[in-house]
Amino acid sequence: MYTYSDFDAAFVAERNAQFRAQVARRITGALTEDEFKPLRLMNGLYLQLHAYMLRVAIPYGTLNAAQMRQLAYLADRWDKGYGHFTTRQNIQYNWPKLNDVPDMLDALAEVQMHAIQTSGNTIRNVTADHFAGAAADEIADPRPVAELIRQWSTDHPEFQFLPRKFKIAVTGSPNDRAVTKAHDIGIRMIERDGEPGYEIIVGGGLGRTPMIGKVVRDFLPRADLLPYLEAVVSVWNILGRRDNKYKSRIKITLHENGLEKIQELVEARFAQLRPEFTGVDQDMLQAIEAQFAPPAFRTAPADDFNAAYTSDPIFRSWADTNLRDHRAEGYAIVQISLKAHGQTPGDATAEQMRVMADLAERFGHNELRISHEQNVVLPHVHKSDLPVIHTHLRAHGLATSNIGLISDIIACPGMDYCALATARSIPIAQEISTRFDALKLEHDIGPLQIKISGCINACGHHHVGHIGILGLDRAGVENYQVTLGGDATETATVGERAGPGFSADEIVPAIERIVTAYLEQRREPAETFLQTYRRVGLAPFKAALYPEKVDQAHAA
Amino acid sequence: MPKAFTPKVITANALLEGDVIYLTADDQWTRRLDEAEVLTDEAHAQIKLLDASARNQEAVGVYLADMAPGQNGPEPRHFREAFRRTGPSNYFHGKQATS
Repeated sequence: MYTYSDFDAAFVAERNAQFRAQVARRITGALTEDEFKPLRLMNGLYLQLHAYMLRVAIPYGTLNAAQMRQLAYLADRWDKGYGHFTTRQNIQYNWPKLNDVPDMLDALAEVQMHAIQTSGNTIRNVTADHFAGAAADEIADPRPVAELIRQWSTDHPEFQFLPRKFKIAVTGSPNDRAVTKAHDIGIRMIERDGEPGYEIIVGGGLGRTPMIGKVVRDFLPRADLLPYLEAVVSVWNILGRRDNKYKSRIKITLHENGLEKIQELVEARFAQLRPEFTGVDQDMLQAIEAQFAPPAFRTAPADDFNAAYTSDPIFRSWADTNLRDHRAEGYAIVQISLKAHGQTPGDATAEQMRVMADLAERFGHNELRISHEQNVVLPHVHKSDLPVIHTHLRAHGLATSNIGLISDIIACPGMDYCALATARSIPIAQEISTRFDALKLEHDIGPLQIKISGCINACGHHHVGHIGILGLDRAGVENYQVTLGGDATETATVGERAGPGFSADEIVPAIERIVTAYLEQRREPAETFLQTYRRVGLAPFKAALYPEKVDQAHAA
Repeated sequence: MPKAFTPKVITANALLEGDVIYLTADDQWTRRLDEAEVLTDEAHAQIKLLDASARNQEAVGVYLADMAPGQNGPEPRHFREAFRRTGPSNYFHGKQATS
């Protein structure tokens, strides 16, 4: 894992000292709220519905045990004993007090963490595949590249007042787990004729105008990455619309100007910038890569795993559902579900954080990951350790066997916390997961992603959910729109709107009708919801969602 | 014709704690909606809003929120204000835990 250089540590310490002074000036009244707001946003501090909210960056979703323990400490000391992991691999604290925030930031700096550029019109925390360095299907570990981009983008003088926020995601695997096509820039690490390089995707994004990113460069040599990224952001910085915040993201710039014009402008700017990058960045990348060397995997018999798998049905269900293939023989990737049925998606108590930290330290080469699906990952675990890990997880409400299933729901905080929300998300997620747990159907249903957003900004990624739910305010009442057939992977697709929305009371039965229709329509249990949807289209699901309309049509 | 003015209260978030506050008839900030002054005259409401907005060291994001007069003081007309009065629905945190 990356360790701060003296430069990094000094930079974070200086920013924290500056922010401490800014908070003090705000409290004395020397700064007005209008003056203070951009400063606090640059340091991850929002004012939400009921309280301030501090968003802490977890760069490319990677943490060590000490860092996770410190997150738990912050939760206990300055919040209400829990934290909320987000769809951009960050953690949010929902209840800090303004004059405590400087101390929180200093505590984070002790473990080489910060909240810089987790908000505001800057390049945000760079996200990556949460299985980075562990996945069996990986071409290259995306984290060194993500770290290089983090260093380049942090406090980049040209990019501190962008037209709007800017999000970058990196994957090193052909199976995209980082939603690269729904980012302002998505980077896919690829190989061509044995040479490693990048495919650069630009202009993806969800929100008010969902768009799937377009490939602007199908093969970029490794050494060209930073000047090319700088060219893309620089072109948008000038061209991007500052007159209308709904049209300011690069997806709109690309859409309005066309792919070819953007490519021309980017290539021209790139030609100017390229000579300025004399190779220092590549030396830095090499040094970073050395810090991400794989751990010393051990060879051991997997007898304990096999015995538990054969004799313990609960362990077997968990292993079948929550484990993924690891690149090293005898190892597995463990996904820890933060989606216990009926609980808030993505929330972990301080105690749970400490349990996960301990497990990572004892069994997981001291590594943890946060997924954009709001779960925690132990990326490197030897199979022989899985039974004991499972026992610990179970004792702390962390062994729900539901990864990728209908109750593994992404949900934004919604109107329970967020000042922008138009409806609640969390209670809908809680009700759906409780309902399908009671039905004992979710393993039979198989892979099915529900994603819920409490407003059109789409933090809950509803457009790319197999079933997407969007909470809106319709004449002063919460109303939930359903989209179907969305896909967050390398075959990214924006879901289709099914029809009129449902009230809070109607939405869970509506979801149940969709699932019943799927179970009726699927050719065989192995045909997933998404495959069935792609084969049969919207019509049978629409008929299930709006039976009264079908009845009317027959009557007429 | 302009729309008739409907009853409102002045609300904001407290600068230090960030929690929801309301303005009383004697210009104090209170945590309790039932202690807030219900404003029924538009001109009076605008002046109170201006004065409250100037209290930069106490309150952030001051605005007028629609209320319906009720037996126990003002009642939110919109669910957003109902959540602000109560707290989140997933945990017993916020106002509901302190009142």
